[in-house]
Amino acid sequence: MPSRSLEIENLHLWRGERHVLRGVHCALGEGQCLKLTGPNGSGKTSLLRTVAGLMYPEEGQVRWEGRDVREDLRSFHARMTYLGHEPPLKGDLSARENLRYWIGARRALSAPMIDAALGSVGAGALAGQRVRTLSAGQRRRVALAGLALSAVPLWLLDEPATNLDSDGQQVVADLISRHLARGGLAVVALHHPLHVSGGMLELALAA
Amino acid sequence: MTELPANVAAAIAPAAGADDFRPLSSLAAARMALRRDLTLAFRQRGQLVQPLAFFAMVTLLFPLAVSPELARLREIVPGVLWSAELLASLLALEFLFRDDVQDGTLEQYALSGQSLTALLFAKTTAHWLLTGLPLTVMAPLAALSLGAPTSAVAGIVASVALGGVTLSLIGSIGASLTLGMKRSGALLSLLTLPLSLPVLIFGARATQLAITGGVLVAPLELLGALAVLGVTLAPLAAAAGVRISLE
Repeated sequence: MPSRSLEIENLHLWRGERHVLRGVHCALGEGQCLKLTGPNGSGKTSLLRTVAGLMYPEEGQVRWEGRDVREDLRSFHARMTYLGHEPPLKGDLSARENLRYWIGARRALSAPMIDAALGSVGAGALAGQRVRTLSAGQRRRVALAGLALSAVPLWLLDEPATNLDSDGQQVVADLISRHLARGGLAVVALHHPLHVSGGMLELALAA
Repeated sequence: MTELPANVAAAIAPAAGADDFRPLSSLAAARMALRRDLTLAFRQRGQLVQPLAFFAMVTLLFPLAVSPELARLREIVPGVLWSAELLASLLALEFLFRDDVQDGTLEQYALSGQSLTALLFAKTTAHWLLTGLPLTVMAPLAALSLGAPTSAVAGIVASVALGGVTLSLIGSIGASLTLGMKRSGALLSLLTLPLSLPVLIFGARATQLAITGGVLVAPLELLGALAVLGVTLAPLAAAAGVRISLE
């Protein structure tokens, strides 16, 4: 089996008149985390969405385990989780139900697994509450529990520590560190420093 | 880095490796999507009632506006019933994807590694169960209140059931193409109504024949054919539409 790797080669993306990504290159191996930095509007989110296959680049390739992800987008998606700006949660469902339907569409989950994951991100007490009643930081924690549950090798995270207190920031750092220690890969757009242990690469995008 | 207790770590992610798990089949994933939509719908009942109330109002206002004479009302039943059905299903369409786009659910469906076609088919099924099915129940009642004979009930139910399925499926294509837009209502109607006209025509014809006691096999067969066409092609088109709109 080829080792898990993500390669981004000469990626160019235009949004209307704007040349957002101008030839991005990068290679990532097992246990490595790519940190995307740069001012607002420099294309961090666009790069993440392009890697995820939501946006179509004008030029360039994204390769997973040596193969262009466009050849088989579905099996690539089964190996990755993308977490955007907003936690993908339903206000009228409880935290537990949200995870059961969100991650539960990818892999079979049991109630104890969901509760364990919520507990591991400090959101165990929120399991039965409607997400509508939670604060932004608490919602973020529920989304992180989903990330922990997804059990995929590649994480694409857009500002995962937004709205979190210092304890929550530590939760994110631990989550990513453990993911890397297990041989996972992560691409993370970050504004604030996050103390992740493991192989860190940095890609600074210019505005 | 703080280590998780071994039992917790094992419960969340399988021990053998980060990707050592059996993914869910697309059918099971579709069932999850269906259950999620039904659960959500029962927690937001207000949205469900709206198209049904609209349908009831339109069909009940006609006798007041036209004439209480049964013979005259009976003539306009097919037209009233199907215009109301079409507009009510259009009204319900706006809710089909709206919330899922806003909260990122649809994006996660597109990235789930599951068949988006199957997930959207499940969503459309939920939508039909929540709007099309109640309308199927209400249509014969409305027809009876407008003076249709009880012998027409079976034919009306059959035509509205078949037609409603097609309307939901056509609607899912229109909704998928307009989901990035803020005020999509007008464009959605513009896209969906022309495609829905065959359903309106054959549905009204079937209803008319049911009321006059004619043989309504032909229009029902055409409605059935449209429904089959919709089931086969609409989810594929909707999936393509969602992918385009998400970019």
